Amino acid sequence: MRLDRLRGRRLIATAAILVLGLALAACSDPQSTVDPKSDHTETINDLYIIVFWLAMVVFVAVLGATLALSLMFRERPGRVAKQIHGNSRLEVVWTLIPVVILVAIFVPTVAAISDLDHGDEDELPANTVRVEAIGHQWWFEFRYPDLGIVTANEMHVPVDTPVLVTLLSDDVIHSFGVPQLAGKVDMVPGREHRILFTPNEARPNAYLGQCVEFCGTSHANMRFRVFVDEQGVFDAWARNEIADAVAVESLSALAQEGGALFTNPLLAAGATPCIGCHTVSGSLASGTIGPNLTHVGGRSTLFAGVRDGFAGAANPDAVQRELERWISNPDDIKPGVTTRQSGMPAWGELLTGEQIRAIAAYLRELR
Amino acid sequence: MATAAGALAPPAVPAPSVVWSWLTTVDHKRIGTLYGVSGMAFFVLGGIEALMIRGQLAVPNGDVVDAEHFNALFSMHALTMIFLAIMPLGAAFFNWLVPLMIGARDVAFPRLNALSYWFFLAGALMLNASWFLGGAPDTGWFAYPPLTEEPFSTSRAMDFYTVSLLILGVASLIAALNFIVTIINLRAPGMTMLRLPVFVWMTMIVSWLLALSLPVLTVGLVQLYFDRNFTTHFFIPDGGGDPILWQHIFWIFGHPEVYVLILPAMGIVSEVLPTFARKPLFGYAAVVFAGLSIAVLGFAVWSHHMFTTGLGPVPRVVFSATTMTIAVPTGVKIFNWLATLYGGNIRFTTAMYFAVGFIATFTIGGISGVMHASPPIDSQQQDTYFIVAHLHYVLFGGAIMGIFAGVYYWFPKFTGRFLNEGIGKLHFWLFFIGMNLTFFPMHFLGVAGMPRRIYTYDADLGWETWNFVATIGAFVIAAGMLTFLWNFVRSLRAEANAPDNPWDAPTLEWATSSPPPEHDFDVVPVVRARDPLWHDRDNGLAPPEPDPNEHIHLPPPSYYPLLIAIGFALFGIGALSHLAVLALGAVVIVYGVWGWVLEPTGPEPGGAH
Repeated sequence: MRLDRLRGRRLIATAAILVLGLALAACSDPQSTVDPKSDHTETINDLYIIVFWLAMVVFVAVLGATLALSLMFRERPGRVAKQIHGNSRLEVVWTLIPVVILVAIFVPTVAAISDLDHGDEDELPANTVRVEAIGHQWWFEFRYPDLGIVTANEMHVPVDTPVLVTLLSDDVIHSFGVPQLAGKVDMVPGREHRILFTPNEARPNAYLGQCVEFCGTSHANMRFRVFVDEQGVFDAWARNEIADAVAVESLSALAQEGGALFTNPLLAAGATPCIGCHTVSGSLASGTIGPNLTHVGGRSTLFAGVRDGFAGAANPDAVQRELERWISNPDDIKPGVTTRQSGMPAWGELLTGEQIRAIAAYLRELR
Repeated sequence: MATAAGALAPPAVPAPSVVWSWLTTVDHKRIGTLYGVSGMAFFVLGGIEALMIRGQLAVPNGDVVDAEHFNALFSMHALTMIFLAIMPLGAAFFNWLVPLMIGARDVAFPRLNALSYWFFLAGALMLNASWFLGGAPDTGWFAYPPLTEEPFSTSRAMDFYTVSLLILGVASLIAALNFIVTIINLRAPGMTMLRLPVFVWMTMIVSWLLALSLPVLTVGLVQLYFDRNFTTHFFIPDGGGDPILWQHIFWIFGHPEVYVLILPAMGIVSEVLPTFARKPLFGYAAVVFAGLSIAVLGFAVWSHHMFTTGLGPVPRVVFSATTMTIAVPTGVKIFNWLATLYGGNIRFTTAMYFAVGFIATFTIGGISGVMHASPPIDSQQQDTYFIVAHLHYVLFGGAIMGIFAGVYYWFPKFTGRFLNEGIGKLHFWLFFIGMNLTFFPMHFLGVAGMPRRIYTYDADLGWETWNFVATIGAFVIAAGMLTFLWNFVRSLRAEANAPDNPWDAPTLEWATSSPPPEHDFDVVPVVRARDPLWHDRDNGLAPPEPDPNEHIHLPPPSYYPLLIAIGFALFGIGALSHLAVLALGAVVIVYGVWGWVLEPTGPEPGGAH
């Protein structure tokens, strides 16, 4: 029996080490919820650490007791079960134990809720960056009302500066989730939610975000990136975003041809033309149903974070082929896009391969 | 037949065909069997759906099913497991055991009991018919508007959802009222409320939960149906409605529903542990009152499903507090179960393996639940795989493990045959290892930020390993289920040799034969203590002799419950298709109710219950 107990203990210890090791390993993952990079998520994580350890104590205690009691009191010849009906003092004790543990969780919880509250907006620091994030099936629109920027799926913010994101939805409920910077808050049509965070680590690689409230067929393909930049980098990005798209005359011949197609209001009979839904500022295209494409060639991802974009691409021609595939039939990459209300047509049925290649070349050069 | 004069009376007329006798049965044991077999069949179906989900997620950018089918699969997996597997499996035990445990000869309203089953079957078949009639519901079991409204959901899927759930809701509501009345009114002499077996207490609590929470869901479902079909705007923001209203309605039902799923398992475990530890349940009153507290608090925590929907700080603090409070009675239960083991002489049968396994795995689900009872932590964990891990530890590690403890424990009572213990233990280990292999890694996936309900994910997010492990685990669970089915079939073919009380258990269902006669007890037992059979054993009290002259009245079989259920099914089909079908359904319902009311149920005018 002693051997069994020893084995039991060793089992528990091994399990505990395994659990801890794995939980820590999750820290290095790009969408990790326990690798905070803002004041907001640090507050959450400090609370999580308290709760995690209390949970581990309960886990080890209860599972250890279950195992130990099962082994200690298993059937033995001659053993007689003690006929005990209960013990009021014990009942009180083990009612109080969870109460104490829960108070130990609840008090810091309330403190954290208070810390995380964005408070009165008028009292935010003057340098606060205000962003409107609007959920659409299945992409994110980011607007910077103070800066006059409208972009999609990639949000840039300066490091060590408060960011107040107003969360809106254009259709169904989405959720703005970027674990390392902000946790998550839902985007509910007809409502405005806000989330405030101050990112504290600039880096060239974006922080990964994703829609986390089920929003229809391509919910899994609704992703976004948040770039936390040094102030200078952010300013350069903002200047580029504010500017109109590159002048058509400066584009390659193929891209010019594509631009003409893209801005043609009578592109194909029976289908809304590109400009009916997309904006390329400085051109005829001023639609607002789909993502703003003014600087789409300068983004690091396409189709809401589903494919690599042209910026920094090792093989831009491969990116362009994916873009052509998308224009031909977006459902190939993101199911449901053509069939949703005011969805994008599958242009492969309406245009020639040459025309689609030209349009893709045009978009590629819109940096 | 309708009436049996004593146990050995020959039937007065030739027995009807087997099929007809099952279609018209009002015997609580047969209805329990119908619920049990249906529940197991849907458990297998929901399991197959789970395997397809896990197959798709085994590797990044999986290619087993497409996005549309994946979304339908995870929605139907949840609906199937909740409404068509765990709830009917619970109902199977309620039906079989409540009358036997309280020393009654049937439930209070036997025909209503049959009606409840046929309603359940109608709703279940209708929900699954959607697969072949334009697509299954694919917006999650929670069906959040506006996604479930025009123009985002244009197929019939969500109408199948509302109509089937309404019919299933009626089934549960009928059963709930029936059990409340039965438990309050039909207890044997001496069976006071504080001598009721804990399982019976849990049945009553579950029944109250259903009776109070289902009407809320019913209102919501009707509103959603109206939004979709009659252009009301309850949940549509453009029309002045509010999608968050649906979430409140759904979760005021949905959270008590969680306890509807878990409390029967807690009841089962509270019966199995004392029997095999060979000592009374520790702290009976504490366990019962803990169950009651959980039920009451269960109505005050719904918004913890909505911590990320923009609730203000005050509701988040309040709902966090109520939610954490539930951990107290839950903890009390766990401690009392452990204290029941203490000092015992524990026989580790398969049922006991499942019961002790239940304590371990359910505890893990309880702990993770307390973690996201804290709203800031929930803002990281909500809608990630951490929640998937949590809920499966509660519903698989809790409800399903408890249900299988019950299956192994009461199988001899239900069938007169034993399930094989060796195969049973193999089944346990496959389930136990399989479920931990499947669901424990989901904690890590959640911490690594993997959202739920995504049909695909990219490589290099740190999610590959654990998804692959989880998929292996799912197949281990499937192997466990096959082992069980093998055991089940094998046992049904074996000799019926189970004695009345093979486990030396203390409760009344073991005082009658295995399986029990149609009238349950030759003599209505008299209860003198909380563990009546142990009390009689220890005091040398022999069971009373049957009175050969006693007239035992049993309700006659009736086809009206089936008929009314068919009428309701037609009514529902009409709501999905054409008014004419709906009208036909209404006619059948009216005819059925008419016949029901006028049907003689007693041997003589004004006959006994």
